[in-house]
Amino acid sequence: MAVVRDIMAPFDLLQPSTAAEAQRLLARYGADAWVLAGGMDSFDWLKDRIKKPAVVVDLSGVTELRGIRPWNGGLEIGAMTTLAEVANHPGVQKNFSLLADAVRHVASPQIRNQATLGGNVSQDVRCWYYRAGWPCYRAAGETCFADTPVGRNREHAIFGADRCVAVHPSDSAPALIALGAQFVLRTASGERVIEAEDYFVGPNREITRINLLQPGDLLASIRIPSDFAGARFYFEKVRDRNVWDFPLLNVASAMRVSGGVIQSVRLAVNAAAPTPLRLRRVEAAVAGKPPDASTGAMAGELAVQGAVPLQFNAFKIPLMRNLVKRAIGGVEKAVWA
Amino acid sequence: MVQLKLTINGFGREVLVQAHETLLFTLRERLALTGTKPGCEQGACGSCTVLLDGRPVLACLTASVRCGGKDIVTIEGVEQNGELHPVQRQLVAKGAIQCGYCTPGIVMTALAFLRENRRPGENDIRAALAGNVCRCTGYAKIVEAVRAAAEEMAR
Repeated sequence: MAVVRDIMAPFDLLQPSTAAEAQRLLARYGADAWVLAGGMDSFDWLKDRIKKPAVVVDLSGVTELRGIRPWNGGLEIGAMTTLAEVANHPGVQKNFSLLADAVRHVASPQIRNQATLGGNVSQDVRCWYYRAGWPCYRAAGETCFADTPVGRNREHAIFGADRCVAVHPSDSAPALIALGAQFVLRTASGERVIEAEDYFVGPNREITRINLLQPGDLLASIRIPSDFAGARFYFEKVRDRNVWDFPLLNVASAMRVSGGVIQSVRLAVNAAAPTPLRLRRVEAAVAGKPPDASTGAMAGELAVQGAVPLQFNAFKIPLMRNLVKRAIGGVEKAVWA
Repeated sequence: MVQLKLTINGFGREVLVQAHETLLFTLRERLALTGTKPGCEQGACGSCTVLLDGRPVLACLTASVRCGGKDIVTIEGVEQNGELHPVQRQLVAKGAIQCGYCTPGIVMTALAFLRENRRPGENDIRAALAGNVCRCTGYAKIVEAVRAAAEEMAR
């Protein structure tokens, strides 16, 4: 081992046992406090000493933030519930297998035993320039190191870039958007419930943030309404290595089909832009049409309209076109001549 | 420093740890249990896998202060009365060990898997071991060894 990465810089650890106490601590320490959920993203930052918080608020002892309970015919999942718990939950598997499928594609089995659903949707971008502590736009600097003729940007955005070209890395986020999930935030002014897609903040709005959480706020739970319970789902993730890797692109769709045509559909992709993208134009265009190959092909073409590739990521355009095509029109059987 | 009481390999232990310390550090540097290997130290390789309340987790991404009252099993706790566990024995028998650095992590992952899967197929074994990287042997012999261990344990 050339470099010992296992040693973090010291911090003060606070371990609240209730959400109210956690909120009080987060309010008191504000921007000095780091919220520790599963630790999978946090320890990376802390070990590399790119982020050096004075105070870490560990949520692992807050039992009310854990577990999956029935909610309004759907489910409410505590933000600190692990991805393995989500994937193995009978209610999730029975009615919302899209989410079980998505979280099973996250990282590795060991990581899914500790990573939390709240952490998965709240994790930071993985752009290596940013993660290595370079003074880029997202780090409140004045340049982007990835968006240059020689920048390493194969994994970066084809949509929504605004100075920063990093993509959102979550696999569960597009599934939650497709299911019409709501995120329950606890803020200083009380509880706030927002649509999944509105949780994420792109660089055009605020470049140093990735979601709505302000210092002092807490993501408490994620509610999945019954709208798409047991619907027709599709999830696919493409990555370089079939384990551990973040997505080069993923797609999630939830669809109600009746009388041979699409009654309602929600469709989202991630790793295409700095936030997960809900493809509303495609949803509107395929409604009322049969979920077949030609509708799929049309959906794929429409999905990639307006894509702007960087130097090394143009492959993401046909990739996204094909993933959307499959999500809407189904997967053609491979033919080996 | 925080005083922790935990169970390691069946023995109750008390240990003083720092708030910013990983379980990997505590095991190796404070308890001299160096069988758990540091690899990438960022959650990518699986060589530091231990069982935390029966589930395989990465010691390099586990805060020690979260382990109070928990039951931890490391590679040192796998053999019984000087006898290797069938998983260990089969890894040796099938030539699934070369440098051996990844082996403790693979044994821990396989143990937890075989506890819940008595008759696993090859794809199940591959999926279960997906989080453990080996740089020497290739994975065929490792998968073969885990399957042979399952058969041995079912007898």
